[in-house]
Amino acid sequence: MLLAKIVGTVVATRKDPRLVSNKLLLVRPIDPKGKTEGNHLVAVDTVDAGVGETVLVVSGSSARMAAGMKDCPVDAAIVGIIDTVTVSD
Amino acid sequence: MQLAKVIGTVVVTRKDENLTGIKLLLVQPLTAAGQPAGKPLVAVDSVGAGVGEDVFFVRGKEASFPFYPVEPPVDAGIVGIVDHWDVG
Repeated sequence: MLLAKIVGTVVATRKDPRLVSNKLLLVRPIDPKGKTEGNHLVAVDTVDAGVGETVLVVSGSSARMAAGMKDCPVDAAIVGIIDTVTVSD
Repeated sequence: MQLAKVIGTVVVTRKDENLTGIKLLLVQPLTAAGQPAGKPLVAVDSVGAGVGEDVFFVRGKEASFPFYPVEPPVDAGIVGIVDHWDVG
């Protein structure tokens, strides 16, 4: 899973019917120290996260195992809101 | 599967209910020579690994298999603690 910061929201009216009423957020992966890295991702939110929060993002087919995402066409899902990350030196 | 070193821990209170009770660790993938290879990632632990240990982990949906019949939404999971490895 990836650590990521939520940087925005995504609104889409015309979409796959299985995506109706799912919240889409724009996230940017970060390293364990909080520095952003890589490209932005659109992820479906399953834990009521919001802009500015650091979250846990699951990618690939595993995203469909998030709550309520069975058989939905998604490949990135927010499954947790990070409290702390501890890196040992 | 890939070799990695456990370098940290991640604490998450608000999460998918199927993640409840599962330990999340920060792992740094390694080359065969033991050097860091690529970016660190978050992996679930099913074998009791801890910070500082060398492990191997599996990517993809298979990472949820150790928790069967629960299907937690995870894409990386530690499935073994490495005692030692040799490069022939």
